[in-house]
Amino acid sequence: MCGIIGVIDRTMSRMDGSSIKRALSLMDERGSGEGAGYVAYGIYPDYPDCYAIHVFFDNLLEPKSTVDRILQTWGRIAHQEEIPTYDQPGLKKEHIPWRYFFKPYTDLMVGTTSPADDTVKHIVMAINSTVEGALVFSSGINLGVFKAAGWPEDVANFYRIEDYKGYIWLAHNRYPTNTPGWWGGAHPFNLLDWAVVHNGEITSYGTNRRYVESNGYKCTMSTDTEVVAYLFDLLGRRHGLPSEIVVGALAPPFWDEIDEMPQKQEEFMRVLRLTYGPALMNGPFAIVVATKDGIVGFTDRIKLRPLVVGEKGPLLYISSEEAAIRVMDPDIESIYMPRAGEPVVGRVMV
Amino acid sequence: MQVDPLVIDVKGMHYTPLNRMIREAVASGVRDIVLNNVLGQRFIGNGLRGNVKITINGVPGGDLGMFMSGPECEIFGDAEHAPGNTMDNGYLFIHGSAGDAVAHSMRGGKVFVKGNIGYRGGIHMKEYDGKYPILAVGGTTHAFLGEYMAGGLILVLGIGQEPAVRDRGIGSGIHGGEIVIRGDINEKLLGVGAKKVEFTEEDLERLTPVIEEFCERFGIDPAPFLDTNYSRIIPASSRPFAGKYTWE
Amino acid sequence: MSLGSVPLKYRISIDRDQCMKCMRCVDNCSYGVYRLENDRILIDSRKCTACHRCISMCPRDAIMLQEKPVDYRSHPLWTVEAREDIINQARTGKIILAGMGNAIDYPIIFDRLVLDACQVTNPSIDPLREPMELRTYLGKKPAKMEFTKNNGDVELKTKLSPNLKLDTPIMIGHMSYGAISLNAQLSLAKAVAKTGTFMGTGEGGMHEAIYPYQDHTIVQIASGRFGVDINYLERGAAIEIKIGQGAKPGIGGHLPGEKVCSDVSCTRMIPMGSDAISPAPHHDIYSIEDLAQLVRSLKEATNWEKPVFVKIAAVHNVAAIAAGIARSSADAVVIDGFRGGTGAAPKVFRDNVGIPIEAAVAAVDQKLNDQGIRNQVSVIASGGIRNSADLAKSIALGADAVYIGTAALIALGCRVCGNCYRGMCPWGIATQKPELVQRIDPELGSQHVANLIHAWTLELSELMGAAGLNSIESLRGNRERLRGYMLDEGLLNVLKVGSVGA
Repeated sequence: MCGIIGVIDRTMSRMDGSSIKRALSLMDERGSGEGAGYVAYGIYPDYPDCYAIHVFFDNLLEPKSTVDRILQTWGRIAHQEEIPTYDQPGLKKEHIPWRYFFKPYTDLMVGTTSPADDTVKHIVMAINSTVEGALVFSSGINLGVFKAAGWPEDVANFYRIEDYKGYIWLAHNRYPTNTPGWWGGAHPFNLLDWAVVHNGEITSYGTNRRYVESNGYKCTMSTDTEVVAYLFDLLGRRHGLPSEIVVGALAPPFWDEIDEMPQKQEEFMRVLRLTYGPALMNGPFAIVVATKDGIVGFTDRIKLRPLVVGEKGPLLYISSEEAAIRVMDPDIESIYMPRAGEPVVGRVMV
Repeated sequence: MQVDPLVIDVKGMHYTPLNRMIREAVASGVRDIVLNNVLGQRFIGNGLRGNVKITINGVPGGDLGMFMSGPECEIFGDAEHAPGNTMDNGYLFIHGSAGDAVAHSMRGGKVFVKGNIGYRGGIHMKEYDGKYPILAVGGTTHAFLGEYMAGGLILVLGIGQEPAVRDRGIGSGIHGGEIVIRGDINEKLLGVGAKKVEFTEEDLERLTPVIEEFCERFGIDPAPFLDTNYSRIIPASSRPFAGKYTWE
Repeated sequence: MSLGSVPLKYRISIDRDQCMKCMRCVDNCSYGVYRLENDRILIDSRKCTACHRCISMCPRDAIMLQEKPVDYRSHPLWTVEAREDIINQARTGKIILAGMGNAIDYPIIFDRLVLDACQVTNPSIDPLREPMELRTYLGKKPAKMEFTKNNGDVELKTKLSPNLKLDTPIMIGHMSYGAISLNAQLSLAKAVAKTGTFMGTGEGGMHEAIYPYQDHTIVQIASGRFGVDINYLERGAAIEIKIGQGAKPGIGGHLPGEKVCSDVSCTRMIPMGSDAISPAPHHDIYSIEDLAQLVRSLKEATNWEKPVFVKIAAVHNVAAIAAGIARSSADAVVIDGFRGGTGAAPKVFRDNVGIPIEAAVAAVDQKLNDQGIRNQVSVIASGGIRNSADLAKSIALGADAVYIGTAALIALGCRVCGNCYRGMCPWGIATQKPELVQRIDPELGSQHVANLIHAWTLELSELMGAAGLNSIESLRGNRERLRGYMLDEGLLNVLKVGSVGA
């Protein structure tokens, strides 16, 4: 299976990627050297109002010109460049990682209250489902995903993630079963402001996928984790549910527990489950989701995957293994294991 | 003791709160309700029980009095699609005309329409036990009158019409009840399974109370209608489809 | 000119060494196959329907039954059935009426679909030890949850429409009193009450013996409006508008006058001995907006307290029709596949009109999903569901729950002889003859039906656990857990299922 770790500094102090690289490398046993990745929030302060669109190009000819054209149709490219990479002996460069800093026009999309986000979501879905040789793997503001097929330290060194400073970091070490060796299949998955790292397998994927597709998302990554990002985007952003309630929809209490709740809470949970039945996630999973406002970690309803939480002052860590947390922070103050389905939330304090 | 009616101005009101008000009023003992400015509200008196009179001023929407069981509605205006649909008991007195499928599947009570009705009037009306549905029409009716009829009475007076009914398919598939139409109806207008028989003095005697009640309700002189100048249409058989099938 | 007789369908013989002349066969056969003459049991095989009543009652296993004991010259096109139907119609000039469901050997899609199980990458769940949720709510669901936020507190604004709560996604479909006996209906009613689910009343009204179980019934309103009044509508936990039936899409039905005995007449609210005719369409529904009107009328009459279902036969355009229904105020769409059972249907309809439930439910699920309204309405599959595997596959293809009919009757003794229309059912199911009806003890009958529902529920839990699912929501529409085996690409695409190995 896989290893995950996430950290947030709730005061928004930024930390570089070196310590999370060490933490993830400690969990090499959990991976297979076929995928690793990092996401960091707060890394592009120079472009505070641009969507940072990270794309894997197979070449810089047709795919890139098509993506350029799509972006220019829907908005303005403030800046673009190849993401700096550094050859690693153990990592074969399969794609050219590229980044655009993009400002969508907000008057082109109708029928939405968040035209910028919905425009970017539309662009991501369009590129990923129609443009051969291009894959958008990161599309949020002031955040970036860095991932590839390889061991955690190789991927980190390939991107030199210690050069980036963020107040939230998530990292993932992959043992793939579905799409080994594919860069797009590595975590974190990201859409707009949502990033997800996931350990496990979602047995309800078919149902969840149909539900997000029914709501205008296209699953293009051939793996189950991307639906988590879309579910959070749908429930969290578009339906406006707070993270704890999103988790309550994705990993709800059992009916016999709901039946025992006080009347008001019982009604709330019943409505939540009925409304979001197709969003319920089944199977073994431990997941950490991030947005610019914080992170939330949770496991499946019967705790089939491990998850450990550590806290020290403004720092909150969520990981598959306690050791990984202690590598990052030897002076960690409290360590505990959350209950199944219980959301662990770390919000930025502003 | 005279009690003032409950008067509701329903202008622009949706039918659900309106029906709720009516139900609550009836439950609290109100016996007389007047609805003013009715325009298009469907389902008025839908499923309503009890002993109450509802006066409807305006044009109510479809399925007026559907499933109703007991109340009386008097409508000063036209009615739309299917008033008296599957009505169990009670009265609809319509001082105007009505749309298609009037009294569809009505099992009991009376639907009186002063003017004309549309197609498939009294379709699948049926009687049961003490319940005997009556649809009476002052003007004319359109095709498929009393189709599949399984009981009760349809009376068409054809006031101002010559002949009273000109459309075809009268009593298609009728297997119970009777259709009585003023004047001599051309047999070509009868549907499959219907047959015309003589309207006798006994029939007149039997129907006189209905004719009189209808005329009285709408202020018409009944005298000209109290003769045997009617066509009576009844089922050719109570098993219209018997003999259609063979077993495997 | 005589066409002569056609050969026997079945030949009955008795092992005279075993027979002890206990007379049970003579007493049990309502068709008159057996009679005692001169201390010898004589047999008239021509009357046999293969109902197996005699065989099941014979204490010595002395009775043998052979199907088609006389050979015709075999021919792949001019089957025995084709020839005998022609002879029948040449003789009578009539429409052939037949019982039970579609009897043509079409491929069964359920049997070309296989379910998934976990290995390594995710664990199986043991339903005996770990929670397994089959609870199913049928009815309208909101598209999203509405709430207000007051300084951190989240206050629910959404008001849920009434939903039916099922402990298991198995319901018993609509079989009217009249089509089946009161004891059969009572057995079903007691069984659903025991197992926390629901049954349909059929279109024949509700007999007062069912009143104690009315909270577990779905009352049906069909084109004949038999037995429909406001009391009936208020009794049901839900109301179902029957537009069509899988066994005979597009046509009405009729209960012949001879079956309308005094109790049936009371329940249907029609005179005794009169034909109970259900026209093909509802004559107040000639278009989709008229359906919406009837749905709302029923809700209005019952104060918006009851879910309203709409049942249609699975026909070619079923997906678009279901989507239209879903956009009325209807709470659930029932899809009845072309294998659905019936007491009587014209054979040409039963065997040739409509499409299989597997394709229909998948297409409906897909269409509703494409339109973004799948979770807002429930989908109930029916028509030929034989076991818990069919149940699990139906749900994976997109159903919320299923109706069973024939399976429940088999649990009451039915052997699918297909002679329901004759009203002489020796098992006391499809008959109104008191001496036959009393063969069903509703208490015992209900236990058998409840056992069946319970067993399927257990098996469904096991199947889900093996697939790593502990909640029925996660099986619903989950095509990833199905694969097609020897299905063609066109059908795989309709089902939205991959091939085995893919």
